[in-house]
Amino acid sequence: MSLSIEEKLSVNKFFVDEENAHIEIDPAYPDLKEKMKLVNACPAGLYKLNDDETLSFDYAGCLECGTCRILCLGTVVKKWEYPEDTKGVEFRYG
Amino acid sequence: MSEEKFDVIVVGGGLAGSTAAYILAEQGLEVLLIERGNYGGSKNMTGGRLYSHSLEKIIPNFAEEAPVERRVVKEAVTMMTENDAVTFNFRSPRLAETGSDSYVVLRGEFDRWLFDKAEEEGAIATSGIKVDELIVENKKVKGVICGGEEMLADVVILADGVNSLLAEKAGLRPRVKPSQVAVGAKEVYELPSKVIEDRFGLEENEGAAWLFAGSPTNGLVGGGFLYTNKQSISIGMVVNLERIGESDKTIEDMMNEFTKHPEVAPLIKDGKLVERSGHVVPEAGLSMVSTLYGDGFLICGDAAGFCLNIGYMVRGMDFAIASGEMAAKAVLKAREKEDFSSATLKIYKDMLDESFVMKDLSLYKKFPSFMDNPRIFNEYPEMLSNIMADMFIVNGNHGIPLRKKAMKHIKSVGLLNLVKDGLRGVKSI
Ligand SMILES: Cc1cc2nc3c(=O)[nH]c(=O)nc-3n(C[C@H](O)[C@H](O)[C@H](O)COP(=O)(O)OP(=O)(O)OC[C@H]3O[C@@H](n4cnc5c(N)ncnc54)[C@H](O)[C@@H]3O)c2cc1C
Ligand code: SF4
Repeated sequence: MSLSIEEKLSVNKFFVDEENAHIEIDPAYPDLKEKMKLVNACPAGLYKLNDDETLSFDYAGCLECGTCRILCLGTVVKKWEYPEDTKGVEFRYG
Repeated sequence: MSEEKFDVIVVGGGLAGSTAAYILAEQGLEVLLIERGNYGGSKNMTGGRLYSHSLEKIIPNFAEEAPVERRVVKEAVTMMTENDAVTFNFRSPRLAETGSDSYVVLRGEFDRWLFDKAEEEGAIATSGIKVDELIVENKKVKGVICGGEEMLADVVILADGVNSLLAEKAGLRPRVKPSQVAVGAKEVYELPSKVIEDRFGLEENEGAAWLFAGSPTNGLVGGGFLYTNKQSISIGMVVNLERIGESDKTIEDMMNEFTKHPEVAPLIKDGKLVERSGHVVPEAGLSMVSTLYGDGFLICGDAAGFCLNIGYMVRGMDFAIASGEMAAKAVLKAREKEDFSSATLKIYKDMLDESFVMKDLSLYKKFPSFMDNPRIFNEYPEMLSNIMADMFIVNGNHGIPLRKKAMKHIKSVGLLNLVKDGLRGVKSI
């Protein structure tokens, strides 16, 4: 019996900013290697490789760790900001 | 636009920032502490263990009032292969002596306590507000901009964590490189205190710290960790980002395999997952420390790169607190001189150089390159567990002298490699 990453994230407290995506990516970025970094490293598992080798990504479960920014800002990752005031993840334990 | 000018603006209500704000407010300065999360600690995560010495100096006996989880009396380090585990254990009252003691903490509560302490001392502590930019004129930092509003100060202390977008955007620090950091993933499992105490052989309020190397990180530089809280267990892993793209497993696959390992699964059995978090850990040691001060600003904590990961020990929180303290002291000195230029603020660097912060970072400066060796995460755990298997397994086949058994496994790694890596290891710590 193991929880999927989505089920795991669902126990977290998030204040999702529906209006504004704090991270934007180029899902069709040509270099597969760059995309695999994100698929492997995001601790929220938010980067998924589709069958056609494009990426799907949803900022809603973001833990704001900055990993994808460090790895791929300027390639796959086009914009990376912290969410606006009061928005985003809230660690009750941390 | 507000024309008010503060003595000091501190960006980031983590341990580094709240410590700096606490000390400055205590000395009567007008301090604005700005945290983007809804409360101090709400964006912060750690493995778990705070070495008390640096905070103890600032707030003696802090553990009596602060929300600490458990005092560590037991250390364990495990080398792991896919199915095996070889563990080294240390238990001693010396681990719990005042000044050498360490506490498992959960940052959501612990940072909030310190942030609120800074406010009690008189700092204007605001949460739920993000600093968007620094105001920089002629290379001098003059204040910050939040939501279009400018706020000015004699000096700005940047304690905004490892990603320090502000320092980077203002050109005060280069962007962090993947090889310099690890990604950390962590899960917190709730369990009754009695169950935790029985499982780990602890008395009430006693805690255990446990690190794991080998199979968890799929051959990449990194490791697993486990810390006991009062009524939950913190478990997770850190994996260096340098080669993460080449891995055939995601960090989530690694977490799943780690938490299901036969040595680990019983430790968190029946625990209810209450949080999954992620954070970046600076781990390049001294080579990562960059700009520390300049005209009108100081950088402390993770933002300055003050963190040590030496395999059996992770230290960042005691560095964050100590560097926050020294940043505050440097500001106090600068105020005496009424000069906030880099020439005066350099005293911060001098204090750091004289303290354990720079001394320990220098001492372990070769460690990150020593760890960048796949044998440590693949061959050595395998070798150890094979030697153990030969020692402990009796199956009716006639015995072979231990020396021969061990040699067989050592040869599979290469005696020369072992000697070489052993020497490098010893030199790096
Ligand atoms: C998985 C993991 C395990 C670890 N294990 C240990 C351990 O066992 N022991 C140990 O000592 N250390 C450990 N560390 C390291 C330790 O957690 C860090 O060194 C420590 O948290 C650094 O504290 P800090 O105050 O410098 O930064 P942070 O705790 O990151 O605080 C930065 C603060 O700034 C705020 N902020 C950022 N940008 C802005 C902005 N623009 N405006 C307003 N606010 C902003 C953030 O919200 C945050 O509150 C671990 C780290 C990780 C990730
Ligand atoms: S910041 Fe971290 S959690 Fe958020 S999308 Fe990037 S890697 Fe994933």
